[in-house]
Amino acid sequence: MTQTTDAPPVLSVRDLVVEIPTRAGILRPTDGVSYDIRRGEILGVVGESGAGKSMTGNAVIGLLDPPARIAGGEILLNGQRIDRLPRDKMRHIRGDKIGMIFQDPLTSLNPLLTIGDQLTETILEHLDVSQSKARERAIAALEEVGIPAARSRIDSYPHEFSGGMRQRVVIALALCAEPDLVIADEPTTALDVSVQAQIIALLKRLCREKGVAVMLVTHDMGVIAEAADRVAVMYAGRLVELGPVQEVVETARHPYTAGLMASTPRASLGHRRLRQIPGAMPRLNALPTGCPFHPRCDRAEEKCRQEPAPSLGACGGRAACWFPLDPGKEENAA
Amino acid sequence: MSSLISVRGLTRIFDVSKPWLNRVLERRPKAYLTAVSDVDFDVEEKTVYALVGESGSGKSTIGKIVVGLLSPSGGSVEIEGIDLSHEPDAAKVDRIRSDVQMIFQDPYASLNPRWRVRDIIVEPVSHRGGDTEGLAEKLLEQVGLSAHDASKFPHEFSGGQRQRICIARALASNPRVIVCDEPTSALDVSVQAQVLNLMSDLREELGLTYLFISHDLTVVQHMADRIGVLYLGRLVEEAPRDRLFTEPKHPYTEMLFDAAPRMDAFGREVNPPQGEIPDAINPPSGCAFHPRCPIATERCARERPEMRTIGDTRVACHLAE
Amino acid sequence: MSDTPLSPVREARAMRRLKRAWDSDFAYSFRRAPVAVISFLVVLTLVLAAVFAPLIAPHDPFDPATLNLMNGFTPPGEANAFTGEFFLMGTDDQGRDVFSTILFGMRISLFVGFAAVLLAMVIGVTLGLVAAYIGGWTETIIMRIADVQLTFPAILVAMLIFGIAKGITPPEYRDQMAIWVLILAIGLSDWVQFARVVRGATLVEKNKEYVQAARMIGRSGPGIMLRHILPNVLNPVLVIATISLALAIIAEATLSFLGVGAPPTKPSLGTLIRIGQEFMFSGEWWILFFPAVTLLALALSINLLGDWLRDALNPRLR
Repeated sequence: MTQTTDAPPVLSVRDLVVEIPTRAGILRPTDGVSYDIRRGEILGVVGESGAGKSMTGNAVIGLLDPPARIAGGEILLNGQRIDRLPRDKMRHIRGDKIGMIFQDPLTSLNPLLTIGDQLTETILEHLDVSQSKARERAIAALEEVGIPAARSRIDSYPHEFSGGMRQRVVIALALCAEPDLVIADEPTTALDVSVQAQIIALLKRLCREKGVAVMLVTHDMGVIAEAADRVAVMYAGRLVELGPVQEVVETARHPYTAGLMASTPRASLGHRRLRQIPGAMPRLNALPTGCPFHPRCDRAEEKCRQEPAPSLGACGGRAACWFPLDPGKEENAA
Repeated sequence: MSSLISVRGLTRIFDVSKPWLNRVLERRPKAYLTAVSDVDFDVEEKTVYALVGESGSGKSTIGKIVVGLLSPSGGSVEIEGIDLSHEPDAAKVDRIRSDVQMIFQDPYASLNPRWRVRDIIVEPVSHRGGDTEGLAEKLLEQVGLSAHDASKFPHEFSGGQRQRICIARALASNPRVIVCDEPTSALDVSVQAQVLNLMSDLREELGLTYLFISHDLTVVQHMADRIGVLYLGRLVEEAPRDRLFTEPKHPYTEMLFDAAPRMDAFGREVNPPQGEIPDAINPPSGCAFHPRCPIATERCARERPEMRTIGDTRVACHLAE
Repeated sequence: MSDTPLSPVREARAMRRLKRAWDSDFAYSFRRAPVAVISFLVVLTLVLAAVFAPLIAPHDPFDPATLNLMNGFTPPGEANAFTGEFFLMGTDDQGRDVFSTILFGMRISLFVGFAAVLLAMVIGVTLGLVAAYIGGWTETIIMRIADVQLTFPAILVAMLIFGIAKGITPPEYRDQMAIWVLILAIGLSDWVQFARVVRGATLVEKNKEYVQAARMIGRSGPGIMLRHILPNVLNPVLVIATISLALAIIAEATLSFLGVGAPPTKPSLGTLIRIGQEFMFSGEWWILFFPAVTLLALALSINLLGDWLRDALNPRLR
């Protein structure tokens, strides 16, 4: 965020707050989140279930389920605010400028239309081309995502494809209108390891070639490590750490990130006990005072219980923590 | 060597035909899915044996056969020398049933939402008319929950806590073997670590044997002593953990290792594996992996490879050496 | 432990339980739904009025000794021209107080309704559970019978059963047996819905892992169905039962209206409406109007309550 570039970032989220009014009070599944994604960059958003990572993505594309609503902050796409746009305008932007890839490819494809129909329809809606030209583009898009014999398979229905192929179709659909930003919400969670590797590789290649900004939402640290350029770690609706992926994974500053890394089993560990973070993520209706992580944190002091954690931007650091780990001085738990 | 579980030539075929009328009208033959095909392995007492594989590999089916939820179509599973599906002596069958317990994948579906935690935990004992006085409380403390939790209902607990309750239930009848079917795949990473640590501790304390079923290589590598790799219902390779991870002999095992996302592989550019898992109703001829195998020969398409022992690895590949 | 029901500990515990019930999501959604609250109050009032009919009713309409033919056709809210007696909802041709006959008629309607739904529920839930759990041919046979029965209107099935049952009961018992035959007819015509819903819910539940866990322990099929699955499929049954109650009361009224239900000596709301419609065009509107409005209020409130219950118990709408 400290780097300066000439062009504005593709997506810029500033102090985003999402609220859900409920009987017990107002819940904030996303609270004061800020980040940028630049052209050709993959930002990984990682967190455990309930951390608010999907909610942030849904807020960006204007698809919050009521009664959830954006209660503060701003969202800028190519420097223009999009969080206050009327519904129909937002829908146009969603297809035109933002592509979406969800966990379950079946829900993003219409089972009653052939994939060719769906692709050409999207292309015609957002690009000014003729019908036959659109079909050619659709075939090219399918070839690009690695669907063999695209010309003969374009008139097939979604159920005639396997899970991995379906996710490729979804990617083709998300990219065919040449968006600036792609939001991929757990795109490989439902897939097998070998297919997951194919999809990740495809996503990386296409984004690099087309210069698309990608927000990759996932709970899998391994996927983030391999695919993302920078990573944003979320906890209880807040951004707790944001930085280049290798730095965050290898030398985490926030105690939660460090704990998350240490509790992931990996080869070097052997049969040794995993380091575990005690307890579980608090429910949104029972957030502790101060820093929401303090009850599980072994570095917590009185200040953490009293005062809310510093915001990422304010302290100029990578981690929203009063007492961040300093890997230079002490041994980082691994 | 004492093997507690001994699986021989295990085969399970499911009838996946359409209803009779549809078959007649559409002139289709009956369709069969071979979920498990001729699998042999032994699990030694007080070790962790892991079965890994992707979807359709038959790993969960094997787990269900071992605990007696499914019967084999061919071959046998012997536990303590007793074959559950052919044993006429009801008392012996009952003993095996309390000796073998299971932990399921989805902690939200594996506890009856209308039952109190106490009743859930002691069911394996109370069902046989055993003494359950204070049992639930003792087990809850053993798995890191509080004795007061016994009178609560499952919905008052988080996913990780529910999985602890499942473990407590599995321990209630003092089992020797626990079949763990993807016990942590529904849990978050930090909670997964808690549950895996608990399982390791319990194993040492109680001298348990685990049959650990998972698709997650990192978890398997952390937990297992010996690992069997399954592909399309067939055991393709089996080796002690370190041997398998340092010297995988089957091309599929190698492919699986390469494809798994790694925490230390920043911006790794790999050539992703080719193809997808074939349809188990019409598996490829010969070696099931040959259409995706980078080193396949003409023999692989023709002849199903036998399991061969090379050092302490068993591998089903014509070309492995 | 003290045996007094109001020992302080117990009292505190009961208070806590009440407080928790009041705070529950279920109670909250009830308080927030005015339609449900009003419907509930209407049903409660009518049911209480029916239960305590002998205490509330100003007259006993079934005791000929108290009837005075001179009181016939007294309009509501007016004193009778001959006897000077006053009737809230007027009287019928024989001088019976309409208000009292409604109270007693409602008793019969509600009793028949509840009993018929109970019968339908027991049959339907049992068959639905068995069909889904056992599967195969058992399921095919049960569900095909259900499908066939669904192709006939329930009231037709009820009339068929009623006719057969009436044919085999000796004439001297007919009036006595009429109510029980009515319950049997309505109950048998209504089990299909329960069976279908329970079968669907059971098919979902039986594949859940807690059922597998119970099977692994070695529990028997009936044990699993009763102890594990049944408690988890009761929510939709409760909804269907409520809506069925309204339908059963209407079915009873229809049968009685057609003259094949409750006898005039023991009139239900339907019988009253049938009697009333004979006087409809001669100006004595109240004999028809008040029983009809009561039936409408009862059936509508129960239906609305059932609708709310369905939404409140639906986890997806929460």
